[in-house]
Amino acid sequence: MRETAVRNVPDLPASDWMRPLPPATRVAFQGGPAARAAAAQAFPLPDAQAVCRARRDGDRAGLWLGPDECLLIAPATTAAGALLGALRSAIGATAHSLVDVSHRQVGIEVRGPHAERLLNGACPLDLSLDRFPVDMCTRTVFAKAEIVLWRTDEQQFRVEVWRSFAPYTAALLQEIARDYVG
Amino acid sequence: MLLIPCPHCGERPEIEFTYGGEAHLVRPADPSTLDDAAWADYLYMRSNTKGVHAERWRHARGCGRFFNALRDTTTDQFLASYRIGEPKPAIPTGDPR
Ligand SMILES: [Zn+2]
Repeated sequence: MRETAVRNVPDLPASDWMRPLPPATRVAFQGGPAARAAAAQAFPLPDAQAVCRARRDGDRAGLWLGPDECLLIAPATTAAGALLGALRSAIGATAHSLVDVSHRQVGIEVRGPHAERLLNGACPLDLSLDRFPVDMCTRTVFAKAEIVLWRTDEQQFRVEVWRSFAPYTAALLQEIARDYVG
Repeated sequence: MLLIPCPHCGERPEIEFTYGGEAHLVRPADPSTLDDAAWADYLYMRSNTKGVHAERWRHARGCGRFFNALRDTTTDQFLASYRIGEPKPAIPTGDPR
C-alpha cells in the first residue's frame, strides 16, 4: 500500500513560474524548548522564539510552524528512518513526537516577478517583502487548501500542500495566473 | 477581512482561526459528585456577554495553538489576546477607536 501511495504522486503542471518540486524527506516534530534544542543538534531547527522563520543548512531546512512544532525538510536521498533515528538519539528521553510525513504532502515552487500576486490570488497574508521576508514561513490557507508557505528567495516561494490538495492548488494557481502571465 | 491577533504569530486573517467558545471555564474536578443541574450549568450555560467577552480561539491554520482573547461582541473589535495559562488582562478603558 505504502509503495502505491508513494508512486501515486500527482502529475502537476510545470511552467516558467511554477514547478512541482522533487520528492523530499519530511518529518513533523513536536516538543518543548528542551526537546527542540536537543533536536537542533541533529538538524537545523529555528529557535522557538524565531516565529515563522525557517533555518537552513545546505539543502536541509527546519520550518517554524508553532512554538512547539517544526516541519523538517531534507532531500529524498536522506532516508527518513536514518533521520528519525538521528533525531531520536539526539533528543533522548525528553518528551517529543516525530512523524515521517514525507509522502503526505508535495512541494510546489512559485517564482518570478508575479509570485506574490499569484499566491495572493487565494492566500490572505500580506506577502510584500517587508512583511513576509526571505525565509519567513507559516502554515496558512490557499483558498480551500491548507498549505505551508515558505519564501525561499525574494521572488520565490515554496508551497507545501497535502497530496490530495495538490492538483487543486496547482490548477487554481494556473487560473489566477491568467491575469498575470497569460 | 477581520484581523485577529495571535499571541504567537501576530495579526492574521480571520479565516485562519477557529472559535473555541467562552474562556476560563474550568471543568469540575469530579463530575460524578455534581447533580444534574450543576453539570448542565457547566456544560451549557454561558455568560452571553454584550460587550467585552473573554473567549478561546485556535490559530488552526497557523501555529495551531489555542489562546484567549478579549473581544467586544457589539463591535467585533479585539481588545487583547493572551496565551493559555496567562491571566485575563485588565479591560482597556476608553474608546479604542
Ligand atoms: Zn498563531
